[in-house]
Amino acid sequence: MSVAHMSEHEREEAETREQRALGFWLYLMGDAVIFALLFATYAIMIPGTAGGPTGKDLFDLNNAALETVLLLVSSTTFGFASLSVRTGNRSAVIGWLAVTFLLGAGFVFLEVREFAGMIAKGAGPDRSGFLSAFFTLVGTHGVHVTMGLLWILILSAQVMLKGLTAPVASRLYRLGLFWHFLDIAWVGIFSIVYLPGLL
Amino acid sequence: MEQHGLRNYLIGFVLAVVLSAIPFWLVATHALPPQRTLLIIGIAAVLQVLVHLRFFLHLNFTTTPKENLLALVFTALLIFIMVGGSFWIMFDLHQRMMT
Repeated sequence: MSVAHMSEHEREEAETREQRALGFWLYLMGDAVIFALLFATYAIMIPGTAGGPTGKDLFDLNNAALETVLLLVSSTTFGFASLSVRTGNRSAVIGWLAVTFLLGAGFVFLEVREFAGMIAKGAGPDRSGFLSAFFTLVGTHGVHVTMGLLWILILSAQVMLKGLTAPVASRLYRLGLFWHFLDIAWVGIFSIVYLPGLL
Repeated sequence: MEQHGLRNYLIGFVLAVVLSAIPFWLVATHALPPQRTLLIIGIAAVLQVLVHLRFFLHLNFTTTPKENLLALVFTALLIFIMVGGSFWIMFDLHQRMMT
């Protein structure tokens, strides 16, 4: 629908949606600053192992690679969900959201398993400054992904119950921003934490 | 699904796979000396972030609202000051403590 044919009410609604998209974008920028500072803290704390295990002793390249694949594929499948929103294909949206959810859940599972294994080996966040920084950085990302999973469930329910109405589509758009942003943060994590740690 | 949009996501996906596979492969095989591998990890990461911004978040200079780009540039500046400043202080302190 072109702007000229919109009623006053529709124009106001479109404007509200744009404002919300900008507001959410500003939130993501704030989140980017948080992650950047956690990255800086981590980089500074790398030598602070207090005689305990280093990244080389603890990290597993295959696990990090698998997590990378899961998150990257989930970012792409969320893209397919967004495209299905545009064409108004309700069942395709739900299907792609379900695939995205499963991939994201797989990522969280691998991360929780890695954390549990480290803690069982006595390499928990209380072992050294290095490990405190590691768990804070990677854990913050993991909590974000978990929140994203909850958000996917809630919006899937909304798509099922309400259909692809303008407000639901606008929420899906912001969830998409959030989900793609988390994949960018993960690129930082494997490039700063796992790969240099295993070098 | 829309053809154009679909192509965009697939291009982004393939580029991201390549830009992830290269650094992972280098670390797995130790094909290059560590210093050079680190450099390539850094370059691949920066390129991959740009790929994500362009193909997944659809940022560009024509349709993206100016406020969004401005916020992004401002955030990059903040990150540069805060992260750069932290490194400067901490490494300087580290050197003073050693000598």
